[in-house]
Amino acid sequence: MTPFGYARAADRADALARVGSGARVLGGGTNLVDLLRQNVEQASELVDVSRLEGAIRESDDGGLLIDASVRNATLAAHPLVRHRYPVLARALLAGASAQIRNMATVGGNILQRTRCMYFYDVEGARCNKRQPGAGCDAMDGFNRYHAVLGASDQCIATHPSDMCVALAMLDAVIHLSGPDGERSVPLTDFHVLPNATPQTETVLKPGELITGVELPPPSAAVTHSEYRKVRDRSSYAFALISVAGGLAIAEGRITEARIALGGVAAKPWRATRAETALVCVAPTPDAFLAAIREELVGARPLSGNGFKIGLAERTVVAVLGALAGARA
Amino acid sequence: MSIRVNGMEVLPPDDARVSLLDHLREHLHLSGTKKGCDQGACGACTVLLDGNRVLSCLTLAAQADGSNVQTIEALAAESGALHALQRAFIEHDGLQCGYCTPGQICSAIAMAEELRRGDPSYVTLDLAAGPPVVTRAEIRERMSGNLCRCGAHNGIVEAIEDMLVETAA
Repeated sequence: MTPFGYARAADRADALARVGSGARVLGGGTNLVDLLRQNVEQASELVDVSRLEGAIRESDDGGLLIDASVRNATLAAHPLVRHRYPVLARALLAGASAQIRNMATVGGNILQRTRCMYFYDVEGARCNKRQPGAGCDAMDGFNRYHAVLGASDQCIATHPSDMCVALAMLDAVIHLSGPDGERSVPLTDFHVLPNATPQTETVLKPGELITGVELPPPSAAVTHSEYRKVRDRSSYAFALISVAGGLAIAEGRITEARIALGGVAAKPWRATRAETALVCVAPTPDAFLAAIREELVGARPLSGNGFKIGLAERTVVAVLGALAGARA
Repeated sequence: MSIRVNGMEVLPPDDARVSLLDHLREHLHLSGTKKGCDQGACGACTVLLDGNRVLSCLTLAAQADGSNVQTIEALAAESGALHALQRAFIEHDGLQCGYCTPGQICSAIAMAEELRRGDPSYVTLDLAAGPPVVTRAEIRERMSGNLCRCGAHNGIVEAIEDMLVETAA
C-alpha cells in the first residue's frame, strides 16, 4: 500500500474541493481499503465522506431522496423503504454481511468495483481493466462468475452490487455534483459496458461526487416487488444471478412489469425487452419464460458460465410467478 | 480528536494506512480482536463502532476518530465474571480453536440489538411487518458474516439462542 493522506470532509463543499484536487473518495471503505491494500488502486489523498449528513426523506412528489452517505443497513431498515420499495430493502439485505452493511454507503455501493479475481490479482494475472491493453486472463480462466450480457473481447467482468440491481428496476436517478455544477443521471445510464475501454466503468467525470439517489414515487409494480439472489452459498456471497422483479396485474392481465438482472453484466441489467413483452399478457409461467428469453437472445456464454442463462430464465420465472401468485 | 477504546481515550495513528484492527492489536496491545483474512471475508476482526458491528480490518483507524470502539476485552465484568454470551459459548461448545470467537461474540451482541430494534434480514418473510420472529434461520443469516473454520456453527447458534431467550425473559 502506497502512503496516503486522510481528511474527513467538513461538508459537501469541502469534499468537492478535495475531490477536485485529486483526492479519492472514501465511503465505508469496504471496497476501497481492500483495493488499496491489494495495490489494485493507489491514492495519494483520501477524503472521507462517510460522516457527511446522511438523510432519507420523502420528496415533494412522493418519491424518496437518499443521501450518498447513508449506510446500507440504515437504508434497508428504513420504514419507507420496507413499505414502499420492498425490492430495495431485500436487495440491500442480500448484499455482503451485517458488518459490511453497517459500514458501506449508498454512494460507495454504486461505485464499487468488480470482484473479478483476475482484476484483484496484481502479481499474477493480466487485466485490461487494471492495466489497459494488458490482456484478460479471465477469458480462458475461471469465469463461472462472469458476464453473459454486454461483455467485450476486452473484459467480461460483472458489477457486484445487489442494491444497484434494485435501483435499476426502480428507475432511480443519481445526483452528482462537480466543478460544472449539479446534474442527474439515471442509474441505468450511470454504469457503462466495457467495449474497448473496460477501465471506464461509469459516466462520472473527474472532480464529480455522488451526492444522492432519488427514487420516483412507487408505482403499483414497485409496491409489489421482490429481489431474489442465487449464489454458491445461501448467505454472504456474490450473486451468480439475481433478479429484481415487480408486477402489477388487473383483470387477469399484466399492466406493469419491472425486471432487472444482476450477475450478468458489467452493469445492473434492466430487462426492458422482457418488460415490454409482458405488458397486457396473462401472468403465466410460459409468458414469463418467453419474455426473459427475448431479453437473453443476445446472451453469450463463456467456457464456465453457460449455466447462467438457464438460471436467469428460471429465477425470473420463479420471482414473477411468486409475485403473480401472491397477487391472485 | 481521539478514539475512545473500551472507555479509554487513545490517539489515532500517524500513518493513515493503519487499519483499526492493526491499531488495536499492534499499537494498543488489545490482541483479543483477531486478524483472520484481513480482507473483509471472515468476520474475526468484528468490533463495535458506536454500538454497530463493523469489520476493523476494513476500517481505517482514522475513520474511528471521535467514535467509541468496544472490543471483546470490554465484555467481561471487572471482577472477571463473564458476559452471559461468553458463558453460553462455553456451555454449548460454540468454539474449538477459539480464533473466531471474539468476532462471533461481538457480532452476536450487536445482532441482539438489531433484533431488538426490529431490523429485518434477508430471510425475514414480511419486510413491512413488525419485529422479526427469532428463528434459527434468522440467527444463521444474521451471523453469516462470521465464519468458523472448525465448524462450531451449531453450538454458536445455540449459544446465541440461549442469550436471546435469557435477555427476553
